[in-house]
Amino acid sequence: MTRIVMLAATAAVLMIAAIFFPFLELQVGGLSRKSSVFDAITAFSASGMLPLSIAVAALIVVLPFARLVAIAYALGPMALGWHPAPQAARAFRWAEATRPWAMAEIFIVGVAVALVKITGLAKVTPGPAFWAFAALVLVTVLKDSFMCRLTVWKTLEERSRS
Amino acid sequence: MENARRTQSVLTARRAGLVGCTTCGRVHARQAVTCRRCGSRLASRDTGSLQRVWAWLFAGMIAYIPANLYPMLVTSTFGKTQQNTIVGGVIELFDHGSWGVALIVFVASVLIPIGKFIAIAYLAVSARSAVVIRGHGRQHLYEVVEFIGRWSMIDVFVVAILAALVQLDFVATVHPGIAAASFALSVAFTMISAQNFDPRLLWDAYEADDT
Repeated sequence: MTRIVMLAATAAVLMIAAIFFPFLELQVGGLSRKSSVFDAITAFSASGMLPLSIAVAALIVVLPFARLVAIAYALGPMALGWHPAPQAARAFRWAEATRPWAMAEIFIVGVAVALVKITGLAKVTPGPAFWAFAALVLVTVLKDSFMCRLTVWKTLEERSRS
Repeated sequence: MENARRTQSVLTARRAGLVGCTTCGRVHARQAVTCRRCGSRLASRDTGSLQRVWAWLFAGMIAYIPANLYPMLVTSTFGKTQQNTIVGGVIELFDHGSWGVALIVFVASVLIPIGKFIAIAYLAVSARSAVVIRGHGRQHLYEVVEFIGRWSMIDVFVVAILAALVQLDFVATVHPGIAAASFALSVAFTMISAQNFDPRLLWDAYEADDT
């Protein structure tokens, strides 16, 4: 359980780095352009598809981040051996329900496809945020595979009763 | 693992006069309404499930039509504008010689959505009628559909990244097309449809068989 909380915290820090550092750099001749994850989110709103922009933001940044916070909140006190925090069950249930909607790892595969699409056109260099995001995906996958949901529920119930 | 231990004979919650929670696995007496452990709503069988599955499935199918007809990407290079639909993008990748990526995009944005429509419809039909494949096969099908649905979003993200990155004024610019929005909607609708399906319905016919 300590391991899960630590991984969640790691992922949250990586997420912050991934959003604000430049993600990819594109160079054609003398022109170059840096873009961050944030630019990818706003790309749709420039073409008048603001709702899609909001949806993409929710799927790749807001939801994964909120899930990490919820899991750390629900499991953190238990990892330290304390009573579960109030509403811990609700936080964990919410994190479980939103799991299919957190699409950070799909975004990374999307990036890979996009890179192949434009390599013919221009030179692309991945920035620090790209590596942060890739690490974030790895950490999230590790965290999800360490976590046994039924055990977490059982412990939550036992600890809050005593 | 909590569920590693197996009992020899299977006793379902419903036959024991109990109701199981689909979120955390705790069982309650029949008349319980919310789960005491995790607070989710309880129902022995989700009776409105199939209705919602069909509704979201049709919404997803309808949104998938404009997603294929309208352009997904609008690329302008040196003043020339080119519009690409989903299938057009796949063909272009294929022409470039990047078969692997073309295959990924084709699977994610054509095969998976269509396969999902068929699979969900099949599950919803078979939950009502006589058993065709036994429970295990259908349960696997359901799990695959639920797992794989989200990967269709790849194409939307590809468009977002391309549109953010390729903004070099006159030399080359990429704008997302309206199909990106309707494709995202279609994927979201079918995901909701799959989540609304109650897999316990698959086992009822099976259970009736062996009594």
